[in-house]
Amino acid sequence: MMKLKSPKWWLYHLLVGGFAILMLYPVIWLLMSSFKPSDTIFVTAKSLIPDNWIWTNYAEGWKGIGGNSFGVFIRNTAIIVVITLIGQVISSSLIAFGFARLNFKGRGFWFALMMVTLMLPGEVVMVPQYIVFSKLDWLNSIKPLTVPAYFGTPFFIFLLVQFIRTIPRELDEAAIIDGCGTFKIFSKIILPLITPSLATVAIFSFYWTWDALLGPVLYLNSPSKYTVSMALNMFLSNETVSNWGAMFAMSIVTLIPVFLIFFIFQRYVVEGISTSGLKG
Amino acid sequence: MSTRVVKENVEANITIRPVSKRSRAIKENLTGYAFISPFVIGFLAFTLIPIVMSLYLSFTNYNLFAAPKWIGLDNYVKMFTADPRYWQSLKVTIIYVFAGVPFRLIVALLIAILLNTASKAVGLYRTLFYLPSLIGGSVAVAIMWRNVFGDQGIVNIVLDMLGIPVVRWFGNPTAALWMLIFLAAWQFGSSMLIFLAGLKGIPKSYYEAASVDGANGLQQFFKITLPMLSPVILFNTVMQTISAFMTFVPAFIISKGTGGPLDGTLLYSLYLYLQGFEFFNMGYASAMAWIMLIIVGILTLIIFATSKFWVHYESEGGR
Repeated sequence: MMKLKSPKWWLYHLLVGGFAILMLYPVIWLLMSSFKPSDTIFVTAKSLIPDNWIWTNYAEGWKGIGGNSFGVFIRNTAIIVVITLIGQVISSSLIAFGFARLNFKGRGFWFALMMVTLMLPGEVVMVPQYIVFSKLDWLNSIKPLTVPAYFGTPFFIFLLVQFIRTIPRELDEAAIIDGCGTFKIFSKIILPLITPSLATVAIFSFYWTWDALLGPVLYLNSPSKYTVSMALNMFLSNETVSNWGAMFAMSIVTLIPVFLIFFIFQRYVVEGISTSGLKG
Repeated sequence: MSTRVVKENVEANITIRPVSKRSRAIKENLTGYAFISPFVIGFLAFTLIPIVMSLYLSFTNYNLFAAPKWIGLDNYVKMFTADPRYWQSLKVTIIYVFAGVPFRLIVALLIAILLNTASKAVGLYRTLFYLPSLIGGSVAVAIMWRNVFGDQGIVNIVLDMLGIPVVRWFGNPTAALWMLIFLAAWQFGSSMLIFLAGLKGIPKSYYEAASVDGANGLQQFFKITLPMLSPVILFNTVMQTISAFMTFVPAFIISKGTGGPLDGTLLYSLYLYLQGFEFFNMGYASAMAWIMLIIVGILTLIIFATSKFWVHYESEGGR
């Protein structure tokens, strides 16, 4: 279409490329500012590149808050992420297989119910859930954040159902003739074929749990249990000391895993969104 | 002899088949429920029972420490007649949703159309434009946004360079709300990816036929692209509206948990959180949650009900 580098080609790339840089400029600015001394970040905001690069912000930020280093917050978050991710992948794939492949009475009803749950604002159940978890004595533990993951997540169930439906039923039937039971069909036929979708589920599970703020703010009280999101929020509350450098540096630290996973597994992320309309 | 065989076969059909079919159906039902049981249990425990509880609590005065006290409709009456902050949060949220969602979707659609070419750089651009969506929900980005729009932030530096008077984004409730709306629009990437996938599904022959008939680019956009994309637009509009209604993190971080300045960023979820978990008015917060549920439900119904006028489904059933 634009093989010759015509003026149109230049205009197109100038426009689109320029807009892309404009969109990403704040992130680049955040990154560059994290290498500037705190007291010069806003004075020199006009120039992107630091005059002299310093790493002290990272060392300063890593010390963390209240005697807990940032490593503690990362570890806390990682534990929640892993437990949640395993739960969501296992439960959502079992449930999705049930909906996509098995015939049982009330399937349509439960599927419709799941689609409604998909659209239900979480705020509606926030207060009663909090009350129930507090009665169970689960406050200030990661249970309220992780246990529900083992009961399926509508978004992921929907994504996997869509995907399983594209697998030809002849495969199941052949397996039945070979004497496979239902669970064997699930584990030997369907699971291996849906691994790309499971990767998508795992990646989004990671993103949502890593970024989550409201849940941890509600359920975790002691700073030693804080997640990275809560730690950043703490940095912000202490902003009066204007240690922007450390705050920016730790902000970058929390973004690194997100970027890394995206660039490694980009294909699954893009396909997941394009085919199912997952919100990013 | 042959009649006997036939008779036996008939008997076999009548007596044995139905039983095995029935037991097979029972077994199928059991297996089906075994697989979806996590959802069924989770739905009852984490959705249905809490929703019913929430409805009950909305008619009570409850602070988590004493038993709930039945007060009838008082929470709802107070919300609409005696709580100006509630109206403010409703107003702010409606502006946020009705400015932010179309803003985001229009940018997403425009960029998707720009990227729907054969250019080799499309993959790169797609990635770059998606990145804000990828990180947009994080606290780190909210902190970044807060500083980008700060008094000495780069937005004001640019405004100053362009000769436009600088804006004190935190000094004025309207400006602060627009800061949130810009943040929502900035994350157009995921919608853009969905639109791109939709655009790829439109057969090239439609455009070729239209060009032959002399339709210009604008006509092609309104007569082919928009109708063909309308189911995707519908889906996006519904999901984005719901999630915009629930926005919490950016308002919480950017206003440092207050909803300020002058309640300018007091989004519904944030006010609900403050009522429930800062002031411990859990009954009141539950009533707020129910009104939110009703609003979101009505909005979704309106979007779906009007969809038959603007959503074009292919008779073939699409993909």
